[in-house]
Amino acid sequence: MTNSIGEIADADFILTAGTNTFDAHPIIGIKIKQAVAKGATLAVIDPRLTDSAKLAQYHLQLKPGTDIALFNGLANVIIEEGLYNKEFVEARTEDFDAFKQTVAKYTPDYVSEITGVPAETIREVARGYAKAKNSTILYTMGITQHICGTHNVFSTTNLSMLCGHIGKESSGVNPLRGQNNVQGACDMGALPVVFPGYQPIGVEANREKFAKAWNVESVPDKPGLTVGEMVEAAGKSIKAMYILGENPVLSDPDANQVIHELESLDFLVVQDIFLTETAQLADVVLPAASFAEKDGTFSNTERRVQKVRKAIEPIGNSKPDWEIICLISTAMGYPMSYDSPANIMNEIGKLTPAYGGITHERLDVCSLQWPCPAPDHPGTKFLHATTFSRGKGKFQPVEHIPPDELPDAEYPMVLSTGRRRYHYHTGTMTQRTGALEVFYPNEYLEINCADAEKLGVCDGDKVRVISRRGQVELAAQLSERVTPGLVFTSFQYPDVPINKVTNAARDPISKIPEYKVCAVKVEKVS
Amino acid sequence: MVANVTLTIDGNQVTVTKGTTVLEAAEQAGIFIPTFCHDPELSKPGACRICVVEIPGARNLPASCVTEATEGMVVYTASPAVIEARKTNLELLLANHPEDCLTCNKNGECRLQDYAYYYGVKQDAFKGEKHNYPIEDDNPFIVRDMNKCILCGKCIRMCEEVQGNNVINFAFRGFNSIVTPAMGAHYADTEISNCVFCGNCVSVCPVGALSEKAMIGKGRRWEIQKVTTTCPYCGVGCQFDLNVKDGKVIGVTSTNGDVNGRALCVKGRFGYGFIHHPDRLTTPLIKKDGEFVEATWDEAISLVAKKLNAAKDTYGPDAIGILSSARVTNEENYLMNKLARAVIGTNNIDHCARL
Repeated sequence: MTNSIGEIADADFILTAGTNTFDAHPIIGIKIKQAVAKGATLAVIDPRLTDSAKLAQYHLQLKPGTDIALFNGLANVIIEEGLYNKEFVEARTEDFDAFKQTVAKYTPDYVSEITGVPAETIREVARGYAKAKNSTILYTMGITQHICGTHNVFSTTNLSMLCGHIGKESSGVNPLRGQNNVQGACDMGALPVVFPGYQPIGVEANREKFAKAWNVESVPDKPGLTVGEMVEAAGKSIKAMYILGENPVLSDPDANQVIHELESLDFLVVQDIFLTETAQLADVVLPAASFAEKDGTFSNTERRVQKVRKAIEPIGNSKPDWEIICLISTAMGYPMSYDSPANIMNEIGKLTPAYGGITHERLDVCSLQWPCPAPDHPGTKFLHATTFSRGKGKFQPVEHIPPDELPDAEYPMVLSTGRRRYHYHTGTMTQRTGALEVFYPNEYLEINCADAEKLGVCDGDKVRVISRRGQVELAAQLSERVTPGLVFTSFQYPDVPINKVTNAARDPISKIPEYKVCAVKVEKVS
Repeated sequence: MVANVTLTIDGNQVTVTKGTTVLEAAEQAGIFIPTFCHDPELSKPGACRICVVEIPGARNLPASCVTEATEGMVVYTASPAVIEARKTNLELLLANHPEDCLTCNKNGECRLQDYAYYYGVKQDAFKGEKHNYPIEDDNPFIVRDMNKCILCGKCIRMCEEVQGNNVINFAFRGFNSIVTPAMGAHYADTEISNCVFCGNCVSVCPVGALSEKAMIGKGRRWEIQKVTTTCPYCGVGCQFDLNVKDGKVIGVTSTNGDVNGRALCVKGRFGYGFIHHPDRLTTPLIKKDGEFVEATWDEAISLVAKKLNAAKDTYGPDAIGILSSARVTNEENYLMNKLARAVIGTNNIDHCARL
């Protein structure tokens, strides 16, 4: 996030795109509701009538996969009506002319045809976003889980730069991250092309710095594979995998293929707190301690680093993950040992400028938001106040790209997947709480009443969702949350492994799969 | 520049910024005033009147939570008139309160109990009608015992002003007043109640009316050790207290988190049961002939090291793929990055940020 979560409550105009905030990030949902109560305008871009869409003054219920056209349309109106921030564009950005040229054809009428959003709504939202004192954009996987996910993100940043709604309090571009430490995993270099702190592996000086600190001759310069590429290469160029706390069998698209690929590895070790669907395929399973059984830190979606504190001893013979990694490293011939996670953080701080001033001692007093480069640095509430990371903000003109797999005669409906309020990711934890799964025991398929009527399906009837890749069965829920032609469910139930159905087509830059659109047919199970 | 005012509370001169209430001024001076309906984060109804003080010249005993401190004001927080008013207030509340402290889950963390003890108030001052509401426990998260409710209304304001869901409000009048969702629905009737089981109402209940269901009978409040930590679910980074008794996590309660204050969602507050679930892996497993067999750490670690080294030696470091995790700590992700790049010698490291 360029801003902090607390700042959302003081925004004057909130534009959310592809985020079911009230279910997936309830505490951020609270901030949105507080802003609305104070008089902020809320505009929600989502194909589904989510709870936040119900609260919104404007629900831009676009056809799935048409976000770029919509954002370009908003920019078109703002430029056409002279509402853009000329001073900001002049002083802080470059390539405005190319952007202007690209969005010129995205008139409200043209965009309305592509997206299904009325032209007048596009105009009103554009004016509201541009004219408000503080406008902020919030987005999640509804923006990124498309084959054009990176371009979708570009289109949000283009809009914010156009109006100068970035680099100030309550005003910016804010991806809401979905997992407790997904920000931290990225910060710490659990990515194929960067060291901790996003220091590129391609830069020789970075490699030398890390090789020296780690006391090895060299570290590799060849870009690594992303999760999807790794799994696809399993059994081919990838012979062995070490999977820590991940469940690709349920979380990755085209699950049948994932299982086949993991089974073809020479060796698979999985480290987890439960025998997940992925762990069942392993040659060795290592029992890890949960968050309650170890010390450390998580970094949240607003770059805030906070302590995780050990409350109980590890269950059974399980061990904290950091101890297990040290044991493996040592057994492989590279002795690795630390007294405590606090010492690991000291090493991180020395090698990662953004974490340079972060220590466990400081975090025991208060949390810190990176960049926090020095021991006396207070941390950073919002980013890009005077300059962007690369200097000037670059407009990235982007064109509408249709989804990889569109409905046709054989597979006439669009399936979109996401999360439920009562569950989390692949359900490994939330299906075992004695409470959440009791209240919300079964998954269902949201289907519009008009479609259900055509299929002769009543609420609660079992249906089969079929794509070119696989099929699952689950109960139907007749719902106005989805428009005719769209069905929705989550990937959080082992007995409804919906990723057997989803499409593995990926964004070419981010390699994120297109979970939000694939073509399916729905049948009643007799 | 904000103006200051100086007042005298129980003979102590206290200087506070203009706009401060008498209650806040007393708190700043370390002087105790009891409260039921007051909460610094919520609006101020000034309803319960347990916080009354004596201010010479005032028409009656004003509620300190809604009385602004003024220059030269003289305040008595424990004069005979104040004590008598508070005692009567407590006697009236106790006249219609179940005699259930022995088994009440809030025993030890109940303001009604604390103040009754402090002021020496017993239960039998007034005799009269008592409520006999059925206890609402038809959901797995929250138990509502409206017989114990003192109508302070903090749950209502928490739901309206912080959570923004407006699930509950006062219904009926006088003795029949009750806090309820619309049309007498239960929380579990979510279509009517609009309840999302965040439990933020429970976090402000000063008595035993609202309880975390799974914590009932699991430990007395004074037996519980609280450990502040960060939620393991979404990326918001809420902080809460793990409630621990005898080495076991028996519940989650609110703390004052930098991001979330006391607010939590249903997963953060009620989703901790996985920690002690019987499915937890408790020993390393090695697959032999298609079946998992329990192993020692030494056996498992040396097998992993042998196999990873063999893959590296035979096919090169890029034949190994590492998936780190968005669930584990920064320190652990850092070590996975070090293991991949320094020990194995590959950049094949990623995690599920894309999923």
